[in-house]
Amino acid sequence: MATQTTKQPDVVTSVEVIDGHALRIPMFQLLDKDGKPHEGVTLPEIDKDLALKMFSTMQFIRVLDERMIAAQRQGRISFYLSSLGEEAASIGSAAALKFDDMIMGQYREQGSLAFRGFTIKQFMNQLFSNAEDLGKGRQMPVHYGCADLNFMTISSPLGTQIPQATGYAYGQKHEDSGLCTLVYFGEGAASEGDFHAGLNMASVLKVPAIFFCRNNGYAISTPISEQLAGDGIAPRGVGYGMKTIRVDGNDILAVYAATQEARRLAVEENEPVLIEAMSYRMAGHSTSDDPTGYRTRDEEQAWRDKCPLKRFRNYLLSKGWINEDDADAQQQEVKEAVLAALKEAEKVPVPHIDEIINDVYDTPTEQLKEQLEQLKEHVRKYPDAYPKTSEGVK
Amino acid sequence: MAKMNLLQAINSALDVAMAKNEKVTVFGEDVGHFGGVFRATSGLQEKYGRSRCFNTPLVEQGIIGFANGLASQGGLPVAEIQFGDYIFPAFDQIVNETAKFRYRSGNEFDVGGLTIRTPYGGGIHGGHYHSQSPEAYFAHTPGLKIVIPRNPYEAKGLLLSAIFDPNPVLFMEPKRMYRAAVGEVPEEEYTIPLGKAEVVKEGSDITLVGWGAQIEVIEKAAELAEKDGVSCEIIDLRSILPWDADTVAESVMKTGRLVISQEAPHTMAFGSEVAATIQEKAFLYLESPIARVSGLDTPYPLAHEKEYMADHLKTYEAIKRSLNY
Repeated sequence: MATQTTKQPDVVTSVEVIDGHALRIPMFQLLDKDGKPHEGVTLPEIDKDLALKMFSTMQFIRVLDERMIAAQRQGRISFYLSSLGEEAASIGSAAALKFDDMIMGQYREQGSLAFRGFTIKQFMNQLFSNAEDLGKGRQMPVHYGCADLNFMTISSPLGTQIPQATGYAYGQKHEDSGLCTLVYFGEGAASEGDFHAGLNMASVLKVPAIFFCRNNGYAISTPISEQLAGDGIAPRGVGYGMKTIRVDGNDILAVYAATQEARRLAVEENEPVLIEAMSYRMAGHSTSDDPTGYRTRDEEQAWRDKCPLKRFRNYLLSKGWINEDDADAQQQEVKEAVLAALKEAEKVPVPHIDEIINDVYDTPTEQLKEQLEQLKEHVRKYPDAYPKTSEGVK
Repeated sequence: MAKMNLLQAINSALDVAMAKNEKVTVFGEDVGHFGGVFRATSGLQEKYGRSRCFNTPLVEQGIIGFANGLASQGGLPVAEIQFGDYIFPAFDQIVNETAKFRYRSGNEFDVGGLTIRTPYGGGIHGGHYHSQSPEAYFAHTPGLKIVIPRNPYEAKGLLLSAIFDPNPVLFMEPKRMYRAAVGEVPEEEYTIPLGKAEVVKEGSDITLVGWGAQIEVIEKAAELAEKDGVSCEIIDLRSILPWDADTVAESVMKTGRLVISQEAPHTMAFGSEVAATIQEKAFLYLESPIARVSGLDTPYPLAHEKEYMADHLKTYEAIKRSLNY
């Protein structure tokens, strides 16, 4: 039988009010904004191969994001969500995990997925909802997922993945797998009830989960000052009795080191950890909003100066692991590869109409089969009205 | 065989499932050492340990979110929501996550291992918040299975099917019958197929359809009607999603008449779906309009519970109206 274990409080005899801002949590940083390590710091052990993989993933994601925003503007895809300015947070954290650890994303972590090995072609197939999309063209662009890469399929509702991560990590612990789950979410999603539910349960049940908050300052147009009154998200971890780290999300080495330590705590000590990565959403929330309507260019410029890609690039240049020309050449190559993959993917047709009833259940019910037959008969009758699928039902 | 009430049958099903597969875990509010407020999980923590039968914090959306995650990892979680009336904080997790998990990922991931157990229904003086029958909200959600047993034998067989079914199942237990219904139940494992209705009693003059605790009400109404010389066919849907329209249609083609009796408020209760489907499938066989006997379109009242409920007398009157149409 469990017992009441909450520590009994000390007694005071006059009203003692704790200030709502009493807990100030510092931000862990290794590189300054120019990519120079602070004096006397211990940098995480990252060999050249890993460093270059992190860097090339950052470059790739930046190219992908910029190209796909343009593709949306051209009307080639319906929607896009960029991670511009936040590449270090996702890629640095993914790099610190084991490949078999589960990653659950919110929707702005394409960097983590690319780091795991999701190919340009796979990205494009999803973005164009075509027949080769792993998700069978069922969800809006950027709702990626891949079982082989241990990256859970994204869903739009905010925060729902947080308690799911707790449950997933419980299963990993139950199997004694030595693995953990890392779940991403934004500071806006941390206002959802699921955030509270997931973190509280993780602390109580002691699961190997890392709750990675990308605090990028905005939830669509709502600035953090209208989202919360406390000192960001990190102090909430302490409220749940959870180990907590605040890190500079634009410093990929610091993100890597923080996540590495969080992983150790999660896996070796079954201690869930909250990480708050401080960053800035350089682009709009999605292609459906224009940030000039709700923030100033000065503010954006201040963050552009802290660009995570530039910072890591400078660091690698100073180490002599890359040179300017090679880095630029690589970026140019990626641009071409992205464009070629885009052109390829937009030619692939949508999935066959039969896919519309698959995967609702493990096998389609009789009712669903009946509905599909009726639908196909209808499409056959009006093929011009359903040009994407009418060929397939002839 | 052993004499069990419905709660003991549930407990026995959980026991069998946990013994059979170590991936089965049972959790929710107060389900651990205490064994649940209704005692459905009694003794399971002692037998299988705290890692497989445990308390959760008081947060329904968290319980189901957690359960979704655990199921997606390959587990077979059986999550308890203490009362169906308190399932709504988890509505988003169930409707947007559980139900769409497989479809949205193109079958990359699924939560087929998940079973959600929750007591539902009135007749226990529970007022607004311990009496509701919220099945219709969930029946509007492709991707879920919804199962509602009527007695101890059905409860155990259907729950075992639900736990090992490769799809998420919402298993709603008629709490009024928890101790009231007693019957012979095998102690070992057995299953009853999901999605298949059962003709509980054959008859020729009228078809009576229901599910869960309402079958008892329908049986009482049929007894009254039989005294008037009316031969009633009674069908227990057992699953309302997916539901067995063919068995009902076949019966109605034989009897020409249909009365649906349900606990939930009248408008948009699951009986509406049954009525609409059967008039499509058996229109030319119908001798009278399909009738629905339901709760009133009010919140579930306390002092007027008896008046509110779709009881055997209201069902009996509907049978007579159908026959005299």
